[in-house]
Order: sequence, then structure tokens, then C-alpha cells
Amino acid sequence: MISNNKILILFFHPLYEKSSANKVLVQNIPHSENITFHDVYQEYPHFDIDIIKEQKLLSRHDIVIWQHPFYWFNCPPLMKQWIDMVFEYGWAYGKNGENLNNKIIFQVITTGADQESYCETGFNQFLFPNLLYAFKQTAKVCNMRYLPPFVVHGTFKMNEKEFKKIGLLFKDLLFYLEKNNIDDLEIKEYDYLNDWFLSKK
Amino acid sequence: METDFLFKAVVYLLAAVICVPIAKKIGMSSILGYLFAGILIGPFVLRLIGQEGQDIMRFAEFGIVMMLFLIGLEMEPSSFWKLRKIFIGMGSLQLFGTSMVLFLVCHFVMNWNWRIALAISLTLSLSSSVIVLQTLAEKGMNNSSVGRSLFAVLIFQDIAVIPILAFIPILATSISSPVNEIHQSLISNYSSSVQALIIFGTILTLYFSSRFLFVLLFHIIARTKLPELFTATALLLVVSTSCLMNLIGLSPALGAFLAGVVLANSEYRHELESDIAPFKGLLLGLFFIGVGASINFELIWKNWVFIFSFGALLTFVKFAVSFLTSRLYKKEIKQNLYFALGLSQAGEFGFVIISFCMQLKIIEIGLGNQIIAVIAISMVSTPFLQLLFERYVYPNLKFSEIKKETEMDQIEEHNPVIIAGFGNFGSTLGRLLRANNIKTTILDNDSEQINSLRKMGFKAHYGDATRLELLEAAGCENAKLFVLAIGNQDINLQIIEILQVHYPKLKILTRAHDRIDAYALLDLKVDRVYRETLYSAVNMGVDVLSQLGIRKYTATRQALQFIKNDELVTIKLAKKRYNKMAYFTTIIAEIKLQEQLLKSEMNTQILAKNHSWDSDYLKKKMEE
Repeated sequence: MISNNKILILFFHPLYEKSSANKVLVQNIPHSENITFHDVYQEYPHFDIDIIKEQKLLSRHDIVIWQHPFYWFNCPPLMKQWIDMVFEYGWAYGKNGENLNNKIIFQVITTGADQESYCETGFNQFLFPNLLYAFKQTAKVCNMRYLPPFVVHGTFKMNEKEFKKIGLLFKDLLFYLEKNNIDDLEIKEYDYLNDWFLSKK
Repeated sequence: METDFLFKAVVYLLAAVICVPIAKKIGMSSILGYLFAGILIGPFVLRLIGQEGQDIMRFAEFGIVMMLFLIGLEMEPSSFWKLRKIFIGMGSLQLFGTSMVLFLVCHFVMNWNWRIALAISLTLSLSSSVIVLQTLAEKGMNNSSVGRSLFAVLIFQDIAVIPILAFIPILATSISSPVNEIHQSLISNYSSSVQALIIFGTILTLYFSSRFLFVLLFHIIARTKLPELFTATALLLVVSTSCLMNLIGLSPALGAFLAGVVLANSEYRHELESDIAPFKGLLLGLFFIGVGASINFELIWKNWVFIFSFGALLTFVKFAVSFLTSRLYKKEIKQNLYFALGLSQAGEFGFVIISFCMQLKIIEIGLGNQIIAVIAISMVSTPFLQLLFERYVYPNLKFSEIKKETEMDQIEEHNPVIIAGFGNFGSTLGRLLRANNIKTTILDNDSEQINSLRKMGFKAHYGDATRLELLEAAGCENAKLFVLAIGNQDINLQIIEILQVHYPKLKILTRAHDRIDAYALLDLKVDRVYRETLYSAVNMGVDVLSQLGIRKYTATRQALQFIKNDELVTIKLAKKRYNKMAYFTTIIAEIKLQEQLLKSEMNTQILAKNHSWDSDYLKKKMEE
């Protein structure tokens, strides 16, 4: 019998009241004692991040999820602030900075544009995973296990049914991660966590 | 007769209304404006009024009485007691020194016989309270150390008028000369010991009646809720006191001053101040117009060599003696100059004493009139000299070693920030600065507060921040920022005015209680105004919004926008409020604007023009 994974969802959205995709995702987060939902914009509207509190929160969890919309090919400003503040030298990396070692980290991202636009000939020119190098490298410096992202592409054109479908997929994913051992090598063959999970089903 | 009176009133008022703002505009004191107005309408320029200038002055001298009453009100008995050394020491030194030097000059240089020389030197040794006190009030220096020294000396002179008037008849050679009725008091027939008793008794009566009778009267009158009746009672107090003093042969100004001191601690102080102040201002204005109108240019033209040279000599002697007196009291050089310049003119009592001398035939009419012209010229010269000194002399003075009076703290710091007022507001700010290792100089006038702060390791100093010396000692010369955190708006305004005159480069950040306070501060062009009520109310509003389910970050952005907008509107309204109608219409318009702004922000989330992060807007645009 394996012990449950503890999951921390760090949610960054500067305009949550206007979002539709993220609302669906958040609504589908299972109520479990092993899953913590942390609404960071609500916690720090003045960007005055409590470093100790955030670090303690990280220490109590095995899997860390950055959930955020994708603005200008990047994360929202508070998330960058959060990384800058919380991932301290001597705590997250560098000498004695071993507190994040071997924790799993990945992103849950929503984009307005669809997946096809993220290729060399497409409107957005780059493959989507290539736009996340900064995060991948950050995780590496902290000795974390970085997994490919769970992405909701094309939210501008999605209808109610499609939203429902992706919401349920997200719910299943979280249930799976809570209960199962994760095989990094197997997952790393996929660009998207969505694809790996669908193949599992 | 009626129309004649009304016409004269129009002439006086019009002259004042035209000349004074012009004088103020070009940076001169209002006294000069009134004087020019007097010269302009006087018998030598426009001829709108005749020789009655002197009568007007006698009437308008009552303004001095009111001024002294007001000064008395501002002075608590205890602080008056502190002045006693300056009062007797500086006062007598200045007065006797000046009359002695003037006597020698008159007797040996002018070759007048000793009686004339003595009468004239005594007359001219007195200075003009009106000019000095008005200038002090205009410069906001009533509470400075120079201001109080000047004031003490002037009071001393006021009292000295009584023995001088008593002494002058002795100088008269012909006993047959008619004794002036005006200067005889009711009690002069009694023996001197009885006179002294009566005077003492009267002052006691004055004390008790102002302290108890008038306070009771004010209490009853205040209940009637008729403001004009209160004004009438205040006037009654001043006039009756003066009347009483006249009866026993004392200076009415002195009586009014005493009444003022007695009432300084009463709860009606501010009410009395605001009731009497307009009368004082008008009467003093009238007084200066009178001085201007009574200058006899014909006489001056005929004897200009004598009048101007004697006037210059007089000013120089008075200036020099006062300067040396002040030097003896170890004041700073700039204060010495200010003090000496203040006392350099002859005073309004001079007119009275000279007329008296002419009646007693001590001085012949021709010479008497020339001396009167000299007095008038010297009075006119003071504001000019002050202007010259302010422009060319004071700025070139290096601040020499500052010697402060004992009751003030010695401060030898050059901290970048000075905080005046260390109550709840100031101390919060102070703690934040200290947490960031910013060195601050703290000024407060609560000695207990200062002591407890010092125990906690703050560098706090006791003193009245409206005093220039304290500001100087606190290092305003080298400080970068001056934080005004005093809860009393009037005091804040006073300090700002002093700072802006003496330290124009110092940045001032001011606490304001509300919007109305903020308007007055913005008028003075302070760098930033912080309304106590604005920030905490908006912060509370953010929490209210979030309790109602609005996202905290959104509420915070709205709050920041709201504060910015509110500050802009405040600046706009501060400029517009002089026109009352414009104020009301704009305030209604602004309220509507506020509502609209807020509504639109609530509906569209943040400003209507700001669509950052808004996917709905993007979708719509992309579909178009």
C-alpha cells in the first residue's frame, strides 16, 4: 500500500472573475485532504508574499502545480514575483538548498490561441513546450522533477461541452496523481501531460 | 453731511482696496499699501481728503488697542511672566539709551536748548507698535524670539508714555500756558499715594471683572446664539477697558492687553479673536491711511534738507542703539538686525506728545510741524528698509553660532528628515523610518511624550515648532524633507508659511485631517498632502468589497485608482473653490463623475479603457 501524494495547487490569476477556462478547472479540483488549493492573488493583492509561509506550504507537499493563464508567452507577474521571493538561495537551491529536492512540479496552463498556432509555421512561431524553458530550467536548478504541462488550448473558441470535458479530465488527473506512483521517464516522452494521461486511460 | 460721510467712506475704502493688493502683489507689506493709499487721496495728490488726516489717526489709534487685546489673548499669563527680563532690561536700555543719544545729538549738533532737546528726544525714542506688530503678524513671527523681544520692548514704551506725559509740563517755561484738558485724568487731583492705590485697585477690578464677570457674560450671550451680540460684547469689553484706563490716566492699549492676557485661558478665546480681528485690521488700515494723508509735502519740500537729514540721523541712532541692546542680549546677528530695524522709526505716540509740547509752548509751531513730518517719514521708511534688508542683507548673512534660549532644547543634528508632531500619526511614520535606518529629528511640544520617546531610544526634542529658532536649530537648512504631522491645522499652516519664507528649498509633506484642510494646504503649494481619512477609509473599502466576494486584487487596483482620482479631484476643487458657485456646481459634477467612474469600473472591471487580461474583450475583438 503506497501512501497518498500530497498535491499543492498554486493558482495565479489576476482577473479570475473574467476567466472561463480556469473557473472550470478550479471547480473540478477534488475535495481531498491531500489536495491544497492556494489562490495566490487573493492571498497577496499587494504582492507582499510571506516567504516563510509559502516555503512551509511547499515542504508539506510532494507534487507542486503552477496553475495560471498564459499571458504574453509567460506567467502572470505575481507568479514571477512568487518564484523570485520563495525560491531562496540556501533553501531552494545552492548550498544546503535542498528543500525542494525530488518534488514533482508541472504547470496547468490555459491559452486563448489553439494548439496549431504554436509551431514554426503558425501564428505563435514556437512549439508550446519550448516557450516554457525558463520554468523547466528553474525546476532543474532546484532539483525538482519537472513534468510536461497540462494545457487547455483554444479557450477563446471553446463551448460549454468542451469545457466540461476538459474539467473532468483535470479531475481524473488529480485523482490519479494523488493515489499513484509517478514514472517520470514514461511521462517525459509526451509534450503534454494531457496526452500521457489520455494514453493511460 | 450724510452724503459727505458716505463719499469719504468710499474714498478710503476704494483707496485701500486698490493700493493694498498692488503692494502685496509686488512683495511689499500691506502697511506700505495703506500709506500710499493715504498719500494718494491726501491733500497733496488727489485732494480727496483735507487736513483731517490727523483726526482720523487719533480715531484709528483704537486699532492699536484692539491689536494689543488680541496679542494679550494669544499670550498666556505664564509666558508673559517669562518675558519680564527682556521687558525691564531690554526695554529700559533701549529707551534710555535712545533718548540719551538723541538728546546729545539735538543739544550739541542741532544747537537746540536743553528743554527742546529733551522733549524731542523723549518723543522720538518711542517706536511705532502698529508698524512693528503688523509686520510681525504678517510675517508669522509673533511667536519667534525676536517677535517677543520686540513686543516686550513696545509694551515697556507704552507704559513709559505715562511718565513722559507727566514729565513734559515740568519742562514748560511759562506757567501761564493752558494745561491740556485731554491729558488730565479724573484722579490727578488726589495725592500720589492715593493715585497709586486707585490705579492698583482698578487693575485688580479689571482682572476680576474680565476673569469672572465677562466670562459669565460671554456664557450667557453665547446661549442666545446671536453671533452679532457676541461681537458687541467683545467690543464692549475692549472699549470699556480702554475707557477705564483713560479715566485713571493709564494707556488704554495697556488695559486692553491685560484684559486679553486674563482671557487667554478662557474657552472663548478663539471666538473673541475672530470677532475682534476684522475691526483691528480695518482700524489699523485707517490709521496708516491717516499717516499717509497727514504727511505735509509742502513743509517737507520747504525744509527737505533738515527733514531728511534729521530723519536719517534719527533712524540711524535708533537702529544703532537697538542693535547694541540686542547684541548685549546675545541674540544671533540676523535677529539683532531684525530687532534694530523694527524699532528704528518714531511712533504714533510721538504725534500726541509733540502736539502736547506745542500747546505747552515748549516747542514752537514751525519746529513741531517739522518734527511731525520727520516722524511720519521715519514711519514710512521702516517697511522700505525691511524690504531692502530682506532682499539684500539677510540672504547674505551666514548663520553664525546659534544661541538659543534655555527653555528650548539644544539640537545639533543634521538629519535628512524632520518630523514635527509625534502623536499617533507622527510616531507611526517615525517607526517606519527608524525601521529603515533613516535618521529623523523629532519636534514635539509635549514634554512627557518626549521623555517616553527618549527612553525608547528616539531622538526627540521639546519645543514649539512655530518658532523659527527651533526650526533653524532642528537643521532645516540641511534637511531634505519636513514632515508636518501635527494634528492642529492652524499650527501646520503657520509652520508652512515660516518654512516657505526661510527655507524655500525644503520639501514639505503635510498631514491633513480632511478635504477642507487639504484645500488650505494646497493653496500654500505644499509638495504633498496626506488626508488621514482617505487612506484608511479606502483600505477598509477594499476589505468590504472583498467580503462581498470581489477579488482582492481587483479591489486593490480599484482602490489605488480611486485614491489617485480623488487626489486629482481635490487639487482641481482647491483651485475652483474661491468662486462659491463654481465650487458647488463642480462638487456636484465631481460627485457624479466619481459615481460614474466607480460604476464603470465595477461593470467593466478596472478602467473602461483597460482590457489587460480580459479574454471576453479579446474574443469580441477577434470576432469582429
